[in-house]
Amino acid sequence: MKNRRPLFTVAALWFGFAFLYVPIFVLIAYSFNDSRLVSLWGGFSLRWYGELLRDRQIVDAALLSLRIAVISATVSTLLGTLAAIALTRMGRFRGRLLLGGMIAAPLVMPEIVTGLSLLLLFVSMQDLLGWPSKRGATTIMLSHITFCMAYVAVIVQSRLAIMDGALEEAAMDLGGRPFRVAVDITLPLIAPAMLSGWLLAFTLSLDDLVITSFVSGPGSSTLPMVIFSKVRLGVTPDVNALATIIVAVVGLGVLVAGWLMLRQDRLAAGETPIRAYA
Amino acid sequence: MRPASAGRATHDRLWRAWVIAAPFAWLIVLFLIPFVLVFKISLADPILGQPPFTPLFGAVEGAQGSWHVTFDNYRFLFADNLYLYSYLKSLKVAFISTVLCLAVGYPMAYGIARAARPWRHILLLLVILPFWTSFLLRVYAWMGMLGKQGLVNTLLLQAGLVDEPVSMLYTDFAVYIGIVYTYLPFMILPLYANLERRHRDLHEVAADLGARPLAVFLDVTLPLSIPGIIAGCMLVFIPAIGEFVIPALLGGPETLMIGRTLYDEFFFNRDWPLSSAVATVLVFILVLPIMVFQHYQVKETRMVS
Repeated sequence: MKNRRPLFTVAALWFGFAFLYVPIFVLIAYSFNDSRLVSLWGGFSLRWYGELLRDRQIVDAALLSLRIAVISATVSTLLGTLAAIALTRMGRFRGRLLLGGMIAAPLVMPEIVTGLSLLLLFVSMQDLLGWPSKRGATTIMLSHITFCMAYVAVIVQSRLAIMDGALEEAAMDLGGRPFRVAVDITLPLIAPAMLSGWLLAFTLSLDDLVITSFVSGPGSSTLPMVIFSKVRLGVTPDVNALATIIVAVVGLGVLVAGWLMLRQDRLAAGETPIRAYA
Repeated sequence: MRPASAGRATHDRLWRAWVIAAPFAWLIVLFLIPFVLVFKISLADPILGQPPFTPLFGAVEGAQGSWHVTFDNYRFLFADNLYLYSYLKSLKVAFISTVLCLAVGYPMAYGIARAARPWRHILLLLVILPFWTSFLLRVYAWMGMLGKQGLVNTLLLQAGLVDEPVSMLYTDFAVYIGIVYTYLPFMILPLYANLERRHRDLHEVAADLGARPLAVFLDVTLPLSIPGIIAGCMLVFIPAIGEFVIPALLGGPETLMIGRTLYDEFFFNRDWPLSSAVATVLVFILVLPIMVFQHYQVKETRMVS
């Protein structure tokens, strides 16, 4: 098909992508600026990266955030996948509507409300049960798992919805037991969706500020909390360096994951890469 | 092989029960009950102490248990201009940002949907990529762009368009930019899904019948993309209302959005019952747009299948 591309559309794309990417590139450029002032180019320097690594507060917060993110992403992937299987493969059961509602609600709930509600829960639990004895890494993880599993469930659910379940039914008809069918048939099919769910949960957990601020306690400041308190007063060069590192790691990760998924989808659709472009 | 199939059936039922019960129980405890608690505490009085609110059901002077429910927090909420102003301001900022987002996102989604096939995947990936990098840092990036010595002002000064730096950071304008910037992928993705699906065949038929490109767009493409427009708008509008980080970093003192007011009420005034009332009303405000979104979402999926 011959596509006549109107000038307006091309201009809109250029404008849109410039809007999306220029601020990120400017931030990266500033991180190599020797001068503390944003308007002045003081020459290329890695000075802010050095200061960043010597900043104990930032390094500790980053390590805490990574630990929380790995555990939250893993548990929320397990729970989110179970929820997705329950909603798509278990037929009718009591409370199905409620489960569907509860799994979708965190996606539209303002973080500030979720944060407040979880804090009230932890305070009440402490009152009644004496646990959790203090707020910190544990309460942050419990909260992150809760909102991350919703995202995982949505991703895995859409994957399960594409597959019509014929393979599972065939396996059941041949005498396969539900647990074995889930492990041998369903799991390999939804593995890519679980992986992207895990990655999304990981970045969401690593990035969350609002919910974490509510449920965190003294001595357990996560990376976003430290960044927020630093930048609230204005631009700081070491945060630029930190941003550059995060953008580089995430960008690389997403590109690799995106490429893998594209390949997987094509193989799944029975298309050779050549046919896809034909 | 085991002789009895009873063991098998129990095993299967157990597996089924676990798959459903584990996420169910988790969400009841960590999602549903917390919301009931917010509502409950919004009906309590604030007191000095830990926790800083009165119990709803308590023994008064050792005699009998009694209910203590107050609507004072809600009454105060509607009597004090600050909260009413914050709610309205949030709706206004969210609305304007959504319109701006649509204005930027629609042409982009349209352009991507019409691009050649290998390009479509690459452009789409480029739209999603920033979404994966830190939200907080993307908002922060605009502090450097919009400041008095930021890139935008430097360019404006050098071009001779202005004589002195324009105040952009810490204004409503900066908040609009921040929201459009961070939520643009949410606008583009549903629009793209819609435009990509319907565009080709109908577009060609209309063109073959001699319609001009603009007429094709106005009479065919635009009306058919309305469900995508509504889905995209709701995906921006709903989170924008309760937004906290963007107004806190980019907004000025007059950008009192409800998320920020709630945060301050909780962390600085330490009035938990009033904060809970603010949160409850916020959730009620969101019910309508969420229902609109659901409605169109269901319609969209039905049309596909």
